[in-house]
Amino acid sequence: MQNEKNIIGFPLPRIDGPLKVTGTAPYAAEYDEPGMLVGHAFYATIASGRITSIDTSAAENFPGVVKVYTHQNRPATASSDDAWKDEVALPGHPFRPLENDRILYDGQPIALVIAESFEAARDAADLIRVDYEAEEPHTDIEVEQAKSYPPPVPRKEAFLPSDPRGDADGAYAAAPHKISAEYVQAGEHHNPMELFGTTVIRAEDGSLTVYDKTQGSQNSQGYVCGIFGLKPETVRVINAYVGGAFGSGLRPKHQLFFAVMASLDLKRSVKVEMSRREMFYLTWRPPTVQRMLVAADANGRLMSIRHHAVQTTSLYEDYQENVVNWSGLAYKCDNVTLSYELAKMTVSTPGDMRAPGAATGFLALESAIDELSYEVGMDPLEFRIANFVDYDQNDDLQLTSKALDLCYRQGAERFGWSKRSPLPASMRDGQDLVGWGVATGVWEATLSPAEAKVRLFPDGSITVAAAASDIGTGTYTILAQIAAQGLGQTADRVSVLIGDSSLAKTAVEGGSWTAASSGSAVQAGCFEIRKTLLSLAQKLDSSPLAGASVEDLAIRDNRLVLDRNDQVGLSIADILGSQGMSSVEGHGKVAPDEEQAKKFVSYTHSAIFTEVKIDAELGVPRVTRVVIAVAAGTIINPKTARSQVLGGVVMGLGMALHEESMIDHRSGRIMNHNLAEYHVPAHADVQDIEVIFVEEEDDKASPIGVKGLGEIGIVAVGAAVANAIYHATGTRHRHFPITIDKIMEGLPN
Amino acid sequence: MDIATADTQPKNRVALTINGNRQDLEIHPWVTLLDLLRGPLHLTGTKKGCDHGQCGACTVLVDGERVNSCLKFAVTLDGAEITTIEGLGTPDDMHAMQKAFVEHDAYQCGYCTPGQICSAVGLLAEGRAKSREEIREMMSGNICRCGAYVNIADAIEDVMGHGSDASQKEAAE
Amino acid sequence: MRPFTYTRAENLGEAVAALAANPQARVLAGGTNLVDLMKYDVEHPAAIIDINRLPLKEIEELPDGSLRIGALVSNSAVAYDARVAERYPLLASAILAGASPQLRNAATTGGNLLQRTRCYYFYDPSTPCNKREPGSGCAAIGGVNRIHAILGASEHCIATHPSDMCVALAALAATVEVEGPDGRRDIPFADFHRLPGDHPEHDNTLKHGEIVVAVRLEGNHFAAHHSYLKLRDRLSYAFALVSVAAALDIADGMIVDLRVALGGVAHKPWRDTLAEAEFAGQPATRETFAAVADRLLAGAEGQGDNDFKIPMAKKAIVRALSQAAEGTPQVQSEKQLR
Ligand SMILES: Cc1cc2nc3c(=O)[nH]c(=O)nc-3n(C[C@H](O)[C@H](O)[C@H](O)COP(=O)(O)OP(=O)(O)OC[C@H]3O[C@@H](n4cnc5c(N)ncnc54)[C@H](O)[C@@H]3O)c2cc1C
Ligand code: SF4
Ligand code: FES
Ligand code: FES
Repeated sequence: MQNEKNIIGFPLPRIDGPLKVTGTAPYAAEYDEPGMLVGHAFYATIASGRITSIDTSAAENFPGVVKVYTHQNRPATASSDDAWKDEVALPGHPFRPLENDRILYDGQPIALVIAESFEAARDAADLIRVDYEAEEPHTDIEVEQAKSYPPPVPRKEAFLPSDPRGDADGAYAAAPHKISAEYVQAGEHHNPMELFGTTVIRAEDGSLTVYDKTQGSQNSQGYVCGIFGLKPETVRVINAYVGGAFGSGLRPKHQLFFAVMASLDLKRSVKVEMSRREMFYLTWRPPTVQRMLVAADANGRLMSIRHHAVQTTSLYEDYQENVVNWSGLAYKCDNVTLSYELAKMTVSTPGDMRAPGAATGFLALESAIDELSYEVGMDPLEFRIANFVDYDQNDDLQLTSKALDLCYRQGAERFGWSKRSPLPASMRDGQDLVGWGVATGVWEATLSPAEAKVRLFPDGSITVAAAASDIGTGTYTILAQIAAQGLGQTADRVSVLIGDSSLAKTAVEGGSWTAASSGSAVQAGCFEIRKTLLSLAQKLDSSPLAGASVEDLAIRDNRLVLDRNDQVGLSIADILGSQGMSSVEGHGKVAPDEEQAKKFVSYTHSAIFTEVKIDAELGVPRVTRVVIAVAAGTIINPKTARSQVLGGVVMGLGMALHEESMIDHRSGRIMNHNLAEYHVPAHADVQDIEVIFVEEEDDKASPIGVKGLGEIGIVAVGAAVANAIYHATGTRHRHFPITIDKIMEGLPN
Repeated sequence: MDIATADTQPKNRVALTINGNRQDLEIHPWVTLLDLLRGPLHLTGTKKGCDHGQCGACTVLVDGERVNSCLKFAVTLDGAEITTIEGLGTPDDMHAMQKAFVEHDAYQCGYCTPGQICSAVGLLAEGRAKSREEIREMMSGNICRCGAYVNIADAIEDVMGHGSDASQKEAAE
Repeated sequence: MRPFTYTRAENLGEAVAALAANPQARVLAGGTNLVDLMKYDVEHPAAIIDINRLPLKEIEELPDGSLRIGALVSNSAVAYDARVAERYPLLASAILAGASPQLRNAATTGGNLLQRTRCYYFYDPSTPCNKREPGSGCAAIGGVNRIHAILGASEHCIATHPSDMCVALAALAATVEVEGPDGRRDIPFADFHRLPGDHPEHDNTLKHGEIVVAVRLEGNHFAAHHSYLKLRDRLSYAFALVSVAAALDIADGMIVDLRVALGGVAHKPWRDTLAEAEFAGQPATRETFAAVADRLLAGAEGQGDNDFKIPMAKKAIVRALSQAAEGTPQVQSEKQLR
């Protein structure tokens, strides 16, 4: 029986929920085996230079220690950079743990202790002594930007700044209203709650089962095979449950290398888990300086946009993100110049963190647009609406859909924007200054190549298998819903197997593309099944479906039937039984449509409204209300979709107000490398957040009409908060995060 | 396996009742309750998010009170009753708080979740949080990087609202 | 962490003797600070003396009307004790402003007094730090020092004492009872913690071998007019950038007695009793409070990143005293300031 619980659009509670809430869902470092060895990394305490000597004798003699690895005794690994490049590697030389005596950044892992217990490995590591020849660190973006350069090898063509159009300088000079401002943003760390960990279980034949915290099991598998010269069939990587990642798990981390290295060398099963401190020496959102020059005419039409960004990268790789191109497509503007450069610093290579590029770019763009709206004397929302654009001006492409206008309208109504008093510092609630801010967010809706295998059994049960990952995104649940819908079942009949490199090929989970890609692959798999069933049914004598085509069919009550008349049909069991089959499989594959891409491009959009209340005397900020309206095509599961957006907003609040990796530029060290002093939002920081999904039909973004939601929640939240703080206090803050001291100093008299 | 070398270091006896099962253990004094649970006892439902009292992922109930198990040496707890997430319910027989978390989607990745739930159960037993603002403040020792806070507060309010005194007591057990 | 021996003390005498006998020994109470620091390899005691079984878990009323809080009473138990809530609401409020419910359940009264600074460099054994390693230098000077001291610092150390509870205890002029090899002694709260001077390795005036057994609070006239105001980088579960424990005794709108202790600004909870005394007899108004603030911060000096603490502390003092005067103390679960 069809019931609403099957279908796409139903807020089905996560199917993996009962396992998660009872502590029975296993994460990477939670697999065990008798006799498992445990590794603990030891890291460098200078940011640049060389190791002149490393004394591991005390650690080696520590009770329970099996072996200590350094650059001096590590097993041989692949020598070419190519072998070290993972699926999402960057231009440059990938980092190789224990490669040699060079120190490229503070916190670089330089030794690994393997012991019989966690405690022994941890405690022995404290006994390692190292002498260095230190060189001067360079970690201050505001200084190093003087030596910035355009990346010689682009990470992706799409990340290159779009060509200039019109005459941005001339238009700027001629315009009556203009803003020229610099926005500086501190580095941030992902800090997923689960620590990076890898458990390698070694079978007697030497093959490895690797439980890894990663956003792509097949990426980790390929990486390990490449470095250690292993045959893919001897390495299986599993990431069934991932305790958050937010981009930090896109590229393999050193604990994977260490665990596999030690397992191969010692011929034992090995587990390596990072410490929270170690997680501050990895992948991070880079410190960035952005310069915006924007101008408008007397009617508030945008005349000119110039956006220049300089971002931090490491000595060994050129990390890049799309920071500036958003400024050429978010609004209608005919005179645009965009530029993007990098500055090399003695830090670990930055990496994608939730909405990489957009979270940064929109911080500057949406602040500058806001500043300009005041300069023109227009309501900030009106100003944005007035500059609405319905195509991609950067590449002169059509959009698959853009219901941003609905986002503005529905969001504003829900928020009560019309009651806003226009002047800064004009709204109060007792001791509090009140400010309302708005911002626009955009994120790319992409499809990445994906496969999925769907299998239907005569009793109506279904399995879905793909190497896709669920990093908290709800992948398990939505794939079950899509398969249930495709095969006329309830979601509880679907078993979803994901997070395993041996399953159908899937790209790493990132960029919000999993729902669209793997979801479409599952849908395609279901279609394959219906096709196969039809052809089997038509082989039967006097088949009632003899003349039917696959488009006319549906599956109901375990029967393949005509959609318009479900009296006509055959039971699945009979169809399969007639061929002696016990199940039927559909192998769904999707890939981006190259032809369509020549004409269309697809984006997810949002409008964010925030209310901040700020103590008029002390500057304590509270974000008391957020309404975010999102246009993201089809919403498969409103419950998990809402959570994704909520999560993005919360991370955005941290970015706006207190997340900051504080570097001592004398030593090049991040000093607040812990969760007590790196302040991610806590419960008390998060009040009402309302998520609206506006209606948006899109038949081109992906075959299932999904655009993806993992990133859009965070985009422009920082600016929306900064804009609200401006409205509350009359002071424009351009250094992020906007901590309490900055707000206090900027309070009206 | 026989950890021969490590055994040369002193061990201490400790008796713990974990989820109703008494365990007589001999352990090194530097083993934390968290590492004891996650390691030798295979109770990996209790999570390690920071190992320093900064996140709450390791929250368990010791003699009914919520504490961070990462900062407790297990030897110091001789005689204590410990309830971990595994002791609250199972996938087939969930505790009211666990059910509410599923219903309200009060998690995403699920990693902070056992700590949030143990903390919420402790919160209810304390009986001090009355308003949503108080729930938020008194749950602030549990960081959720997925940002599920709004839903977590909903789940807790839900259980609080439905709970008569009796069922609240039950929830705390 | 370094290996250590573990002893569970069964009585106070045994604990004191064991501690006194071994310069490398430390007592362990709630463990929320000591275990933390051992894991970071900042503290490496050779012997741990677990004092959790000692009979120091009571809050008692003494014949003279004062309250005696045993050193092992948890921070939660103190904060929610009915007598504390009634007579020393300032203390209850300060405790509830700190850490998290889980930590407060484990943390003890004695341990809270003896918790060490949260200076980033102190916590990072690969950096110079006079407090951790006397003579090695102070990396916080000229470094990242957003959370550091503006009052009473020395060229050897600019760390702050991180406790909230102690700020209230300073304002309430508590007495610390300690037991050592030479018997019992009382230490007035103001003398318990010390300024860094030339010896930042000493946080307080406890001698090795001494154990805190209780904190005593005398009767007071502040229950009606008090407030604990804490400013920090997020709204909960964060150490104070600046905190103020304000207590007033007011009669006919005039100040009879005024107490202001500051947290997050110095190596110890900061109080200046001479300055406080100057304001007795003055009207309990914002103008007076502003003068108090200026007076208390007169010698303040920033270190760069923390310069903002000077104006912040001044404003916070005025606000906390105003809240106290109006009888509207800050409630810690309320994030809107009163
Ligand atoms: C993440 C985090 C956030 C925190 N936030 C705050 C905050 O906002 N505000 C705040 O005030 N505190 C905060 N704290 C600190 C917390 O309050 C202290 O760690 C706690 O009070 C210490 O008490 P304890 O019993 O656990 O001490 P222990 O860790 O057991 O001991 C600490 C020290 O005191 C010594 N000691 C303990 N008891 C005695 C005694 N009776 N006599 C002599 N010596 C003794 C020990 O030897 C040790 O050196 C936070 C802690 C953490 C981990
Ligand atoms: S301020 Fe004090 S604790 Fe911090 S580094 Fe300097 S000496 Fe050490
Ligand atoms: S692991 Fe214990 S508080 Fe984070
Ligand atoms: S659910 Fe992922 S950290 Fe809370």
